[in-house]
Amino acid sequence: MDLIVEGLRKAFLLIFSLDAGLMGIVLLSLRVSLTALLIGTALGVPTGALICLKEKFPLRHLALNILNTAMGLPPVVVGLFLYLLLSRRGPLGALGLLYTASAMIIAQSILAFPIVASLSYAAISAVPPLIRQAAMTLGAAPFQTTMAIVREARYAILAAVMAAFGRLSAEVGAVLIVGGNIAGRTRVITSAIVLETDKGDFSEAIALGVVLLSISLCVNIALYFFSRRGRATGYLWA
Amino acid sequence: MGLTLSVSELKKSYGGTVVLDGCSYRFEGGGVYAIMGPNGSGKSTFLRLCALIEKPDSGKADFIEEGVVIEHGLALMRRITLLLPSVGVFNTTVYENIAYGLKLRKVNKAEIEHRVLNAAEMVGLKDKLRRRAVTLSSGETQRMGLARALVISPSVLFLDEPTAAVDAKNSKAIEEIIQNIRHTLKATIILSTHDAGLAERAADTILTLRDGRATAL
Ligand SMILES: Nc1ncnc2c1ncn2[C@@H]1O[C@H](COP(=O)(O)OP(=O)(O)OP(=O)(O)O)[C@@H](O)[C@H]1O
Ligand SMILES: [Mg+2]
Repeated sequence: MDLIVEGLRKAFLLIFSLDAGLMGIVLLSLRVSLTALLIGTALGVPTGALICLKEKFPLRHLALNILNTAMGLPPVVVGLFLYLLLSRRGPLGALGLLYTASAMIIAQSILAFPIVASLSYAAISAVPPLIRQAAMTLGAAPFQTTMAIVREARYAILAAVMAAFGRLSAEVGAVLIVGGNIAGRTRVITSAIVLETDKGDFSEAIALGVVLLSISLCVNIALYFFSRRGRATGYLWA
Repeated sequence: MGLTLSVSELKKSYGGTVVLDGCSYRFEGGGVYAIMGPNGSGKSTFLRLCALIEKPDSGKADFIEEGVVIEHGLALMRRITLLLPSVGVFNTTVYENIAYGLKLRKVNKAEIEHRVLNAAEMVGLKDKLRRRAVTLSSGETQRMGLARALVISPSVLFLDEPTAAVDAKNSKAIEEIIQNIRHTLKATIILSTHDAGLAERAADTILTLRDGRATAL
């Protein structure tokens, strides 16, 4: 018990003194996860829209099943797979990306993509067919019609993006394997917690845990807000 | 000025059920037509095919201007519009809903504002432009749909049961708006309705749709 109380006391000191080491780790975490989220979203939303809206999309059900399975990909497996690709003797070894922030971003983009794509698909398919018809009757070209439908699903899509961010900021398996947890270069919140706990330096671990929880809390509040905005209209939130 | 619409031998069935069975009719430019007929007789189907948002199994709908048939395509789609029986409301403000068709057409901002205000004035929604459109009552929604359609100054306006879900007062208002559109836009107006009184007052010609064919009364 003392350990926890003492840990918490030191943790708050570290946080409120804006400890440089701690801030570096937090900022790198945010940079990695937000960049990966951006990539996952840029690829995931159009993919979800395409699967949903393209007439005669080939193997639609298979594509959806693959995405849904990929949503639950264990981060360590993604990490391992990417490690093999990026390791010096791997097919992409020449790029020299292993143990860099870029490798972590790639790993997390792979984790984010199926979540955003699959949930965007669900969001877009919940938009009533009337919206497509309304856009068409008002003179929308095919692409403009698609945009009108996607825009109707925007709150649910935002919720999908937040859900993906929640997963990225909390995962440790993938970033640990491809990042290598190098101080000042690839050490992020989660991998630092693993290390500090191993070393028995609980105050640092707890401080990082508190920051991580605060981020999660913010994400969840935002999620709640968006899902309510969507639900207020009766159909935007599936 | 309204386009002439010449419909010939339109056929449409859904899964074996024949809805339109070689329907032909010529709607003269600038005229107002009312289509009547029992539930399920194919009025809505007919209007969707004419408004080119659905394809017929066979037959065609030709829009004619000064004797020349206009080619189907986006340019034509932007001169005609259909008000659906349940307006597909975009989840944004009333203003943005009405402005939608103008934004698609890349009309400049000042003119959009001017035209949206005019249209809103015409349907009595000027004080509700900042409201979220999904919070409107059904009568107000119907009038917003009308504003959204007329703001683009269509040459042909299709209205599918424009007064179905509204009370007597709104119905009267919508009828007046239709008369108003007729005079200001000189558009060809083709509406479907179950209200014989409305058809009588608003239209020059009343058609009935029966057994998949249209006949003038
Ligand atoms: N998308 C569709 N799929 C299957 N059947 C359809 C479809 N659209 C219309 N139908 C059928 O076609 C027939 C004509 O429908 P339509 O909506 O055109 O009739 P309507 O004259 O507008 O009827 P109402 O007066 O009730 O509005 C109906 O039997 C309907 O069930
Ligand atoms: Mg109908």
